Amino acid sequence: MRLGAEDRELIARDVEAYLDHYQKRDLLRLLTAGSVDDGKSTLIGRLLYDTQAVYDDHMSAVERDSRKHGTTGTAADLALLTDGLRAEREQGITIDVAYRFFATSKRKFIIADTPGHEQYTRNMATGASTADLAVILVDARHGVLAQTRRHSFIASLLGIRHLVVAVNKMDLVGWSEQRFGEIRAEYADFAARLNVPDVHFIPLSALQGDNVVTKGAHTPWYHGPALLGYLEEVHIASDRNMIDLRFPVQFVNRPNLDFRGFAGTLASGVVRTGEEVMALPSGRRTKVARIVGPRGDLPEAFAGQAVTLCLADEIDVSRGDMLVHPRNLPSMERGLEAIVVWMHDAPLVEGRTYVVKCGTQTVSAEVAQVEYRFDVNTVHRAEPSRFDGRAGLGLNEIGRVVLETARPVLFDAYAKNRRTGCFVVIDRMTNVTVGAGMLVDRKPVRTESALRSRDAARSELPDRVRSRVTGGDRAAKLGHAPLTVWLTGLPRSGKTTVALLAEKMLADRGIAAAALDGVTLRFGLNRDLGYSADERAEATRRAAEAARLMNDAGLVVIASLVSPYRADRDAARRIVGDDRFVEAWAKAPLDVCEARDAALHPDGAGLYARARRGEVRSFTGVTAPYEEPEAPGLVLDTSARSAEECARAVVEAVVVRVSRPAV
Amino acid sequence: MSRYTLSHLEQLEAESIHVIREVTAEFENPVMLYSIGKDSSVMAHLAKKAFHPAPPPFPFLHIDTTWKFREMISFRDRMCRENGFDLKVHTNWKAVKEGINPFDHGSDKYTHAMKTQALVEALAAGRYDAAFGGARRDEEKSRAKERVYSFRDRNAQWDPKNQRPELWNLYNGRIDRQKGESIRVFPLSNWTELDVWLYIHREKIDVVPLYFAKPRPVVERGGNLVMVDDDRMRLEPGETPRMETVRFRTLGCYPLTGAVRSGAATVGDVVREMMLATTSERQGRVIDHDAEGSMEQKKREGYF
Repeated sequence: MRLGAEDRELIARDVEAYLDHYQKRDLLRLLTAGSVDDGKSTLIGRLLYDTQAVYDDHMSAVERDSRKHGTTGTAADLALLTDGLRAEREQGITIDVAYRFFATSKRKFIIADTPGHEQYTRNMATGASTADLAVILVDARHGVLAQTRRHSFIASLLGIRHLVVAVNKMDLVGWSEQRFGEIRAEYADFAARLNVPDVHFIPLSALQGDNVVTKGAHTPWYHGPALLGYLEEVHIASDRNMIDLRFPVQFVNRPNLDFRGFAGTLASGVVRTGEEVMALPSGRRTKVARIVGPRGDLPEAFAGQAVTLCLADEIDVSRGDMLVHPRNLPSMERGLEAIVVWMHDAPLVEGRTYVVKCGTQTVSAEVAQVEYRFDVNTVHRAEPSRFDGRAGLGLNEIGRVVLETARPVLFDAYAKNRRTGCFVVIDRMTNVTVGAGMLVDRKPVRTESALRSRDAARSELPDRVRSRVTGGDRAAKLGHAPLTVWLTGLPRSGKTTVALLAEKMLADRGIAAAALDGVTLRFGLNRDLGYSADERAEATRRAAEAARLMNDAGLVVIASLVSPYRADRDAARRIVGDDRFVEAWAKAPLDVCEARDAALHPDGAGLYARARRGEVRSFTGVTAPYEEPEAPGLVLDTSARSAEECARAVVEAVVVRVSRPAV
Repeated sequence: MSRYTLSHLEQLEAESIHVIREVTAEFENPVMLYSIGKDSSVMAHLAKKAFHPAPPPFPFLHIDTTWKFREMISFRDRMCRENGFDLKVHTNWKAVKEGINPFDHGSDKYTHAMKTQALVEALAAGRYDAAFGGARRDEEKSRAKERVYSFRDRNAQWDPKNQRPELWNLYNGRIDRQKGESIRVFPLSNWTELDVWLYIHREKIDVVPLYFAKPRPVVERGGNLVMVDDDRMRLEPGETPRMETVRFRTLGCYPLTGAVRSGAATVGDVVREMMLATTSERQGRVIDHDAEGSMEQKKREGYF
């Protein structure tokens, strides 16, 4: 390994001081994602070559290979430095995750190099699972592609908190600052939907080396660090969970009657001698008598350390158990909800049983339900794939799955704890690893479909009670049938204004009508919910249930909710009943809605303005999707027509549907 | 650095200990391959730490080709005695009787018989379901994609296209013992050559003195300096052993291992020399140069 002048000087002068410094550096694990065409292999080759992690004999092998397989003419093809197996070399693609190593005087780096072709999901998830940071390559000529979004989405799902968007091949766009700005704006727009707090952009040329290891002369307008400088400085220590003590017991070490220790790696938190701990699942409490570390006894141990804990009392603890602080407990449940990445040709299907390994726990688990699948290109939810009529996940698909385990599993949400919130899925017959899962937090908010399958299980319960007053009786009394008009649309599209006007007009015509407003519901019925996709689904479900009750009581309901997801609105239709549900779309272009909002809040405190500034998360239309209705029963063009006109259209639609024919 | 930060070396140490414990907890009959080299020394040191104060709960296996440096064998016996390791030694005596040796047979055939085949035999004979090896991903290109748990079929063969995905620190240790399946485990996967030396330095780990420079009898052959370790060494016409101050960056069978001219007599010297070096450690290994992709081929056949 060759070195810079400073290191060279220190080694020559005082090798002990050098060793002392070198062994204390920390470690950064990163992932690189992008296709062959993005120049990913060249970028890694460049990092290795320019940090001088390449030996002369490796380099001469590369020069030899370059003449045979290379794509750079007579120059050494740096991409070949990272090209491993013979089969791949023949195909000219990488087919698996490869790990590369290099170091500077500041840090040691481990690169998980993952390919960009169709096996990307499986390989990227593997590489991302241990990475602190992901470098996403974008070809400056092509900008943000579907694949860029896929890679970023997977990195975000796997809990990576730092993304570097390396805008490569800047030399081919004339080092254009404007082009770089366009790509940055486009990506930032999309990245707002991801759960990644830190995104950084670097213009570079892997081929020429600009801004990879050293700043290049071609981008005077770029004031940030070169890629390597950024990687050396990015702060990752606070990504670890140092709050929740989780010690999964790996191995009981009992060589003789005088020693009984529990060996394991702290998944998170800190433990000290003398502290009270609780063993789970038993719930027995005791104190930590001794912590045996790799260099003798320790007063305390923290996340990442492999230690052996001796306890004050002889309580029964075995592999798979967990030691925690008594006032800070993990979840312990048989029903697990997780985002699962499927990695095998044979699909995951509802009803099948697998082996799940979660930390040091190994349990059998049945797939109770596949709730939905992610379309990784759009990052939207989609109906799960079907295999012989059963919902499931195919190779490289990602979806949300409910598992029922044979016994309770100790875990935390992946978002809170990357060590206790993950599991792998193993096929019982072949023993192959077929999937990986990230556990989802909250007490599961049941989706409508989950509830339906649960309803089936409830068939032994007494039937729901039936009113002695029939719908017909009520309609006869009121003079009209019930109906729900479900007004959906972007924020500030005019839904509520139209709904309130329509309610008044209907009341004036003697129709028992009531407005059911989404924002108002958030102060009461839905006050416990946030704005994630799942919580929106639950908010919609509750509103639909309320509309159904009001319809049962004979009322005409004008419900106004953003309800951005098609699946949620379809669920609402099923709850209310197809025959008394009308989907109405308050249709206005995004810029009109945004302008209205700005006019209402000239001080910049409007929701759109705040969402644009990144102050509001998951804001429909800006940082969360709005899925337009496919076949709405009523379209209200609220940008071209007045609120009164739109309300009259609603009233007309209602009157046509609810008027009872003369008996 | 904050109080709750692990250096890269401490992280590597913790991860290796985790792997060693995980295998011990999930497998019925693991064994640790002991090649006597510096990586093996580090791995054995980590095994001691993993189970302290108990000794490692598995035997150590050395595949003896009968052509190892004499200093390696005496070091091996001393280390195992001092640490109380349960040492098993296996040699492919059939091949020895057939007269297979590193001079008459190409390094390819020799390695296959004395190392690969011997290893496969020994693992089968001991009915081991998991074997720890000290290989690192930075050693060679085909190793960069190797898993920590490397799955092997009943013939101990490795299929690079059919390895299990490994995520987080969750290793899938399920195998079909009835079918004779097993795994090879590489606890040092993420260590580099420099990490190994830094750790040896930090922990004051004993390694074979051949790693340090001393005047030794050598001949120059095919660009390599080969040490004449005993009188079995066949000298080509015109070759006369001469004393040179040399050391070894990697250890194996003496006729197949190239020495480097060096004055590095301490770990500090070795690191200094390595940091200023421009060639990789495996360059001294004759066996890797056989053909392009040769390591991959050997691994497919059951080599570590």
